[in-house]
Amino acid sequence: MDSKPTTVAKSVAFTHPESLKRPAGPSEFAQHPVNVALTKEEKIALYTKMVRIRHFEQRCIRTYQQGKIGGFLHLYVGQEAVAAGTISLLGKNDHVITGYRDHGHGLMVGMSMNECMAELTGKITGCSQGKGGSMHYFAPDKNYWGGHGIVGGQAPLGTGLAYALKYRGLKGCCLTYMGDGAVNQGAVHEAYNLAALWDLPVIFVIENNGYSMGTSQERSSAHPGCLAKRAEGYGIAWDVINGHDVYEVRAKTSEAVKRAHEKSKPTVLEIFTYRYFGHSMADPDKTYRDKEEIKTYRETKDPVFLFEKELLLAKVLTKDLVESINQAAMEEADAAAAFADESPDPTVADITKHIYWEEDNRGPQTTSRGTIIFE
Amino acid sequence: MPVISYREALRAAMREELKRDENVVIMGEEVAQFNGAYKVTEGLLKEFGPKRIVDTPISEAGFIGLGIGASMLGIRPVMELMFWSFSYVAFDQIVNNAGNIRYMSGGLIHCPIVIRGPANGGTNVGATHSHTPEAILASHPGIKVVCPATPYDAKGLLKAAIRDNDPVYVMENTILYNDKGEVPDEDYIVPIGVADIKREGSDLTIVAHGRAVITSLKAAEILEKEHGVSVEVVDLRSIRPLDEETILASVRKTHRALLVEENKPFCGVDAQVAYLIQARAFDDLDAPIGRVSSIDAPQIYCKRMEDLQLPHPARVVEAALKVLA
Ligand SMILES: Cc1ncc(C[n+]2csc(CCOP(=O)(O)OP(=O)(O)O)c2C)c(N)n1
Ligand SMILES: [Mg+2]
Repeated sequence: MDSKPTTVAKSVAFTHPESLKRPAGPSEFAQHPVNVALTKEEKIALYTKMVRIRHFEQRCIRTYQQGKIGGFLHLYVGQEAVAAGTISLLGKNDHVITGYRDHGHGLMVGMSMNECMAELTGKITGCSQGKGGSMHYFAPDKNYWGGHGIVGGQAPLGTGLAYALKYRGLKGCCLTYMGDGAVNQGAVHEAYNLAALWDLPVIFVIENNGYSMGTSQERSSAHPGCLAKRAEGYGIAWDVINGHDVYEVRAKTSEAVKRAHEKSKPTVLEIFTYRYFGHSMADPDKTYRDKEEIKTYRETKDPVFLFEKELLLAKVLTKDLVESINQAAMEEADAAAAFADESPDPTVADITKHIYWEEDNRGPQTTSRGTIIFE
Repeated sequence: MPVISYREALRAAMREELKRDENVVIMGEEVAQFNGAYKVTEGLLKEFGPKRIVDTPISEAGFIGLGIGASMLGIRPVMELMFWSFSYVAFDQIVNNAGNIRYMSGGLIHCPIVIRGPANGGTNVGATHSHTPEAILASHPGIKVVCPATPYDAKGLLKAAIRDNDPVYVMENTILYNDKGEVPDEDYIVPIGVADIKREGSDLTIVAHGRAVITSLKAAEILEKEHGVSVEVVDLRSIRPLDEETILASVRKTHRALLVEENKPFCGVDAQVAYLIQARAFDDLDAPIGRVSSIDAPQIYCKRMEDLQLPHPARVVEAALKVLA
């Protein structure tokens, strides 16, 4: 059974600060073949993508505070290396699906800041034409299947995407993301079993940021250190990853991608990460965690700054370049906010569009009769 | 009489019932340490401790099912769903188990469980979080469903639900949580299955439930001021059991009926109400029954459009004038 983690599962404690201490200096995974294979330009591009996610999210805060975004807004700040590291490994037959904290993944698969921001403000130019909102981004043309609001609901879907890949004889995989709280949804366990039983090329990525809303990870899952390890019960390979180090994320995820591509086998990855802001913008984030804890993460484990430091040391980046990349990302995010402002709303007539394929595509393939939308 | 919010009224109901009956347990995601996602359970952990106020993992099928099981052995669980939209992952427990066990056991077992939480659109959170399942759930015999529109009803109905020996599903509304109203300090219940005339009138009966009652009251105001029409607003309060007699009595008085709900039209609560009126008060009607529901589509995210998708006073006024024409 292929179920030993590639690193020793030294029963990783969930008190993140201690367990994830990373030695100063270069990542021990810099020399992993998938990272060695990166050209200088590719490294800069990877850094740039992480920076873009951060500045986009920070611009969202402002737009939200201006009252232009309503509802729930779940930010990805602090978790950038997870989406960036994992998605940077994907090829043309690889797919992505996640929960409602979906902006980072969207930008990583290549969605534009414009369509992402316009979606948040409910405009017709948004990726989902103002119909989905923050939790429901979609870009199937970029192999991105959402953006799912119901905790854990995407796990069976990701398994199904993997099933379709296998059925159609395509060498690909589906990265299926969820949070540390989502692992306790029944649907996730049913998906694990199906994935293992049918040898499906799905990679379940648990983004363990320590909290599900106001509940610390220790308070939601029995048996400490078990999140990835639960995979063993299904005979699924698993691993744990320091999500503050984008090189480590790439190195270990690449093994899972290989397992999916070459053996059509699932993997469960648990990536330790941290969110800097409240669960959503509606969460005042005052009661369930220490300000000090957030500060420690920001100061010592920030995935963007750590990678920046690494690339500066390696002379891939220069201070000037760092500045211009950040400047450009900020300007891009500002421009996206302006684009969203100027874009029109959907109309009342748009409300009843996109409900049925058949309604939107009347023609020879129409197979039903009768009233389908009611007054 | 003290004036408190809808949220405080719900909390008061739980506090009083927790004190009255040691078998009452509050359970749900973030209800204890976080004081509730919408702060309905605020302070209860502090007052009653972790045996009575219990945080759960995000496992609705598991913890709701657990509550149903516990209710069979004498516990009276009051389960909070952060949104009724999340009940869908626990549908089997809610419908098949809670709804059928009494019947299938030939009356040997009963499930005195309460499930409560918000069930509403209008908060700009998209289709997955905006479901209003009162009609779906009320279509299952064995289940009771109530939808309070005011603080007074919120407290009285929740207390009645907790004392009821069958599953009662209480559908609240996040938009109403801050609404204020007079609520007695003392113990009272609003019986399940009794509608309430929220406004008396003689020209038109509007039947509504939940926030649609508030919308209809605003419309009634406009209809009186701008059109000189006297509107009676019947608040169902309870979907199942349904107070058929109060609806019929009002329609027999006004001879015209407009039905307003925030559900989508197909198989909505008002489909049942319309059937009732035509079956038992057909000869009393001076005009076809009118109806306002949400525009028939999954809930749109865009706030400006969502506000138009839901019934709003202008739409109710327009529909009322048609019924009155
Ligand atoms: C079935 C269901 N139950 C509850 C919720 C409400 N909810 C949304 S996110 C969340 C916490 C999830 O935490 P986690 O899985 O750790 O992901 P994170 O937010 O940390 O990314 C909860 C309880 C939901 N959306 N769906
Ligand atoms: Mg989490």
